[in-house]
Amino acid sequence: MTPRQKRFAAIGLGLVTLGAATALVLNAFQSNLVFFFTPTQVANGEVPKGRSFRIGGMVEEGSLRREADGLTVHFVVTDTVQRVPVTYKGILPDLFKEGKGAVAQGQLGADGTFIASEVLAKHDENYMPPEAAEALAKAKASGAQSSKTVIVQPQ
Amino acid sequence: MIPEIGHYALILALCVAFVQGTVPVYGAAVGNPRLMALAIPAARSQFFLVLIAFGCLAYAFFMNDFSVLYVAATSNSQLPLHYRLAAIWGAHEGSLLLWTFILTMWMFAVTVFSSHLPAAMRARILGVMGLVSVGFLLFMLSVSNPFERLIPAAVEGRDLNPLLQDPGMVLHPPMLYMGYVGFSVAFAFALAALLGGNLDAAWARWSRPWTTVAWCFLTIGIALGSGWAYYELGWGGWWFWDPVENASFMPWLAGTALVHSLAVTDKRGGFKVWTVLLAIMTFSLSLLGTFLVRSGVLTSVHAFATDPKRGLFILSFLAVVIGGSLALYAWRAPRVGLGGGFAPVSRESFLLANNVMLIAATGAVLLGTLYPLFLDALDLGKISVGPPYFDSVFVPLITPVLFLMGIGPLAQWKKAEVPALAKRVRWAAGVSVATALILPLVLGEWTPLLSLGFLLASWIVSTAIVSVREQLAHMTGGGLIGRLGRLPRSYWGMLLAHGGIAIFVIGVTMVKGFETEQDVRMNVGDTAVVGGYVFRFDGVQNVKGPNYTAVRGTFHVSRAGRDLTVLYPEKRRYLAQNQVMTEAAIDSGLVRDLYVSLGEPLEDGAWSVRLYHKPFVNWIWGGCLVMAVGGVLAVSDRRYRPAWRREPQMVPAGAQLVGR
Repeated sequence: MTPRQKRFAAIGLGLVTLGAATALVLNAFQSNLVFFFTPTQVANGEVPKGRSFRIGGMVEEGSLRREADGLTVHFVVTDTVQRVPVTYKGILPDLFKEGKGAVAQGQLGADGTFIASEVLAKHDENYMPPEAAEALAKAKASGAQSSKTVIVQPQ
Repeated sequence: MIPEIGHYALILALCVAFVQGTVPVYGAAVGNPRLMALAIPAARSQFFLVLIAFGCLAYAFFMNDFSVLYVAATSNSQLPLHYRLAAIWGAHEGSLLLWTFILTMWMFAVTVFSSHLPAAMRARILGVMGLVSVGFLLFMLSVSNPFERLIPAAVEGRDLNPLLQDPGMVLHPPMLYMGYVGFSVAFAFALAALLGGNLDAAWARWSRPWTTVAWCFLTIGIALGSGWAYYELGWGGWWFWDPVENASFMPWLAGTALVHSLAVTDKRGGFKVWTVLLAIMTFSLSLLGTFLVRSGVLTSVHAFATDPKRGLFILSFLAVVIGGSLALYAWRAPRVGLGGGFAPVSRESFLLANNVMLIAATGAVLLGTLYPLFLDALDLGKISVGPPYFDSVFVPLITPVLFLMGIGPLAQWKKAEVPALAKRVRWAAGVSVATALILPLVLGEWTPLLSLGFLLASWIVSTAIVSVREQLAHMTGGGLIGRLGRLPRSYWGMLLAHGGIAIFVIGVTMVKGFETEQDVRMNVGDTAVVGGYVFRFDGVQNVKGPNYTAVRGTFHVSRAGRDLTVLYPEKRRYLAQNQVMTEAAIDSGLVRDLYVSLGEPLEDGAWSVRLYHKPFVNWIWGGCLVMAVGGVLAVSDRRYRPAWRREPQMVPAGAQLVGR
């Protein structure tokens, strides 16, 4: 093989690998990206049907309820504007508490209950999962905005 | 007073680093031996200055000096001494000091083991490392000073995050950083070659041991981190494709490619430009990893304060290092030349394919890690890229690498014949396919992934056996043991490292295929069966640790009526931060782990409990250890010993055959 052919072969190999990798990545991205939604977005029906996604917010005080099997738990995630009931079967992370932030991953059931496959752990007491913090901030901001529009309207 | 001495030492170190980064490099450019010679004393004094700073911080932790902000934030007087000292790298500022300290340690090592290098080369290498050091010292002194005072002093420290109060904390970060920072030597070698414009086989031979040692440290560091997550987080997983883990895995992948590319440059003088690019890439990924983890961009146990000034400094530093070295590469690489030619089927081409695949895998991991950050930064929504993405991308990309791992060492350099090669590996291929088809059935279940795992593992092992047999056949004289002993250590090192991969693959395959996980509610006296093992819950009792109180459960484990062991998982409450931690209890074994962790207390003394049976899980970390041992063995080979220390007797007869 001449150096020229060799170079083409090398470039070809690189391109084939790159193409294969890209195809794999795109394919995997297509089916495995998990989007995040706030309880308000869930209430507005913005969430995908039959697909896994994440919700985050505050675990509502007094909403945690445990079934007799000791493993199935029900609680409500809220961004202070909307509430989403969540069902989870399994052991909750150490730092899961009412009145604290939490993020859950799963699917929305037909009755509007979020069936969580995973409840995410926080790493220390004062830390709020950023998604949960954002959900609260958004709800607050939209609340502020709507009051602002009331003020703006008379103009 | 002591913290001020530490602070002052850092300032002096910065000045020295600045001199080290400029004067010797200039000296090398104009050919002034006296300026070049400055590199060694500069590097050594920098090492001692940073050592003093490190010692001062350690002293502050030792004395519980809560007038130092960093100590007050990460330590506590109730904390046991070994964790107080490990708390030095328990948060952002201290871990940067550790990074810098390790960098100066590597510099010191370079000054000791580089007497055989040309003076200009050594000056440039130390110069480049000095410049990296300037960046880190500036960063520490400007925005993250570990010696900052807290006035008035705190009465008590905030304590180290309980997750970090673990023996893993003592070992994992230093090992990982030894790896990360070790690649700075390879990087400095590469830049020195670009600056000097001469890159030959001798250059590769000099930089190979450094790269391999760094790679070994990184391998061990990652394995320690994985093992730590396994028993400390209480989830029983050993790899989560968490961005923090990916941050350490990417330099490992690129470093692995570099180790192999260096082999070609060393043995055949090929891949020169590519090797240099890989060295730049590997160190850049190390830097990216350090900063991703420590900047607070990623939310995890590793991320601490989020200070926008730090983020800005980090981004500019990354831009300068990566941009600068790539610009130098673009400017000088054409002068370095491409190196020797080779046929499309040859050991070189197999190694090239291995490199391309490894880099593709690195790219896929990088994309999955950074994509959510980009989307978030551009305010396009929050997403997460979870394990399913990485699993479905990584496995297909890495499978060909493992296949090539078997065939590469058998192929001739420069040009190999496909039919001859196929003939040599036919029985290895037969054995592997048979194992892949039959072994899963014997174990009770046949799935494509199980089969693939066994295929790859037995392929790596059987081709290694073919390779050893062929080596022995080429040698004459001596008994079997004698002939085995005459094979060079670098060859054994390679086989061992590849064998480590096979062990790792077996571990992953068995865990993925046969693990049992169960969350159950257990009353006192209840039994649960997991993976054929009977767990009986005998209630809980209260215990007290040095800085925590805990509820300790008792579980009797038996199998087929025979008592095996008693496990004591704990639920700890750390007093300083009033934080609850799950401490799993694990019975480790060669072929299985039994894993119990307490969930939550339920009514009437019942608990929710997590029970795992994990077959072969220790093989995962065992494989990593074997890889690292292989690397160390390869480095100890006589061919890397500097000429003045090499014994008068030259290469033994057998060694030349291996180098084929």
